[in-house]
Amino acid sequence: MQIDFRLPSLGADMESATVTQWLKKPGEQIRRGETVAVIETDKGLIDIESFEDAVLETVVVQPGTKVPVGAVLAHFVVEAPSGASGPAVPATAMPAGAGAVPSPATPGPATPATHAASRLRMSPLARRRAQELGLALETLAERAGTEVIHVDDVERLAAESALSAAAPLPPGTAAAASVSDARVAMRIAIGNAMARAKREIPHYYLGHSVDFEPARAWLERHNAQVPVGERLIDGILIAKAVALAAARIEGFNGFFRDGRFESASAVNIGTAIAVRGGGLVAPALLDAARKDLQTLMREFSDLVARVRAGHMRSAEFAAATITVTSLGSDGVEELFPIINPPQVAIVGAGSVTERPWAHEGRVLARPVLTLALAADHRVTDGRAGSRFLRTISGLLARPESL
Amino acid sequence: MTLNRAPEPQDIRSRLLSLLSGIAPDIDPTTIDDQIQLRDQFDFDSMDTLHFMTAISEAFGIDIPEPDYPKLAALAGACRYVAGRVAA
Repeated sequence: MQIDFRLPSLGADMESATVTQWLKKPGEQIRRGETVAVIETDKGLIDIESFEDAVLETVVVQPGTKVPVGAVLAHFVVEAPSGASGPAVPATAMPAGAGAVPSPATPGPATPATHAASRLRMSPLARRRAQELGLALETLAERAGTEVIHVDDVERLAAESALSAAAPLPPGTAAAASVSDARVAMRIAIGNAMARAKREIPHYYLGHSVDFEPARAWLERHNAQVPVGERLIDGILIAKAVALAAARIEGFNGFFRDGRFESASAVNIGTAIAVRGGGLVAPALLDAARKDLQTLMREFSDLVARVRAGHMRSAEFAAATITVTSLGSDGVEELFPIINPPQVAIVGAGSVTERPWAHEGRVLARPVLTLALAADHRVTDGRAGSRFLRTISGLLARPESL
Repeated sequence: MTLNRAPEPQDIRSRLLSLLSGIAPDIDPTTIDDQIQLRDQFDFDSMDTLHFMTAISEAFGIDIPEPDYPKLAALAGACRYVAGRVAA
C-alpha cells in the first residue's frame, strides 16, 4: 500500500521548511523511528523520522526545495501485514567488510543517480557511511581519485567538504518574523532527541576533577607568542584530549544501532554550541584525533561563526561519533550531560574554577576542571568509563602531548 | 585595513559596532549598552570574544595581548582601549 510522507509541523507557527538531505534512497528499507530526511528551518537542521516500517518508493521534493507544512515529500510503500507473499527484505545492512558490492535490497524505481551509484565499487560500509555523511555517491569516485572507494576515502572526502568554504546565504534570507518559529522548532527537536535518549539509553555517569594548571600555563605561554588570530582556548585542549582518549579506549566512539555497537574509525567530536537566544546545536570536528590544535581551533572557530550566522552543514551533524559539551568560562563547576543518540558517550566540561587542591601533601589554590562522562551501559561500564576519564585527565596534565 | 591617523572616538565606536555585527549577526547594534559586558549582554562565549579581539586587531592593526582582554569586555572599554593603542 502506498502512503504519503509529508512535512510535519514542528511547532504551531512553523509554516515551511527546506529539505536539505535525503538519508534514504528509492528502494531502501526504512524502519519506524528511523531518520529519513533532514530539513532546515531558520536556525537549525532537523531530522525527520518515519512513523512506519516502509520502503521509500519515490522522492517528490528534491534537496534545496522549500515547501509548506503538510506537503508530500515522498511516497512510501508500507509493508503488507505478516504472512503476505513476496521476498523478505533484509532488516539490516550487509556486514561491513563483505567483498562484493551488494545489489540493491529491493528493486525500487532507480533514478539515474542511483544507477551511477550502483556502478561504484564501494564496500557496503563505505556506502553506508557516505549516505550518513550526506555525500553524493555519483561524484565520489571522481573526487576520491581511486576506482575502489573505502570507508577511509569517504571520511576524508567528508572532512574536505566540511573544510571547504560555506556558500554564504544571500543577506536577508532569514526573515526576522520567523526566528521565533525556528526557536520553537529547535526546542522541539532538542526535546525529541533528549526524550529518545532518556527512554532508550541506559546512561551511567562518572565525574572526575582535573588540575587544569598545566593546561592553563601552557595556553598562556602559547598565546603570548602568537598573534590574536592564532590563539587557542580551553575548549580546544579539552576536545583534543577527549578525541585522543576516544581513539585509544574502545567503546565510547561510534553508534549504537540495530541492537549493537558499531565502533567508528575516525573520531568526529560533536561540539555543543549555544545558539544565542536559545537552543544549541552540536556539529562535528571531523577526525579530531589526527588533527593538531591549530587546525582544530581554525575549524571550531569556523563552526561557531557559521552557527552564529545560521549556515550549518548537515554532514557535520550526521558525522559526530561522540560529543563534548562545555559550560565555557562563566558557568558552574559541573554539568551532567545526556547522550546524543545514536552516539554512546558524551563528556561534559564544567567551567574552570579556582578550588583548593591537594598536591604533594600541601593544599594549593588551583584552576580545577570537573569532567563528567555519560555513557551507554549497553556498551561499556563504569570501569571502562573510569579509564576513559583518567586518560583524558592524563592528557590534559601534559598539554604539550596534545 | 590599518588607519594612518588617529581616529575620532565616534569613528572607533561605529567601526567596533560593525565588527560586532560581523561576529554576531543576530545582535541589533542599536540596543547595545556600552557599559555592560558583552558576555552578560549578548551571551558572548570565549570563542565570540576571541573573534572580536581578532577582528579589532586586524581592523586597527594593533596586537591585543591576552591579559588585556578584560579591558575590552564592554564596548566603552573597548573604545578607550583602541583609542589609547592607536594614538600611542
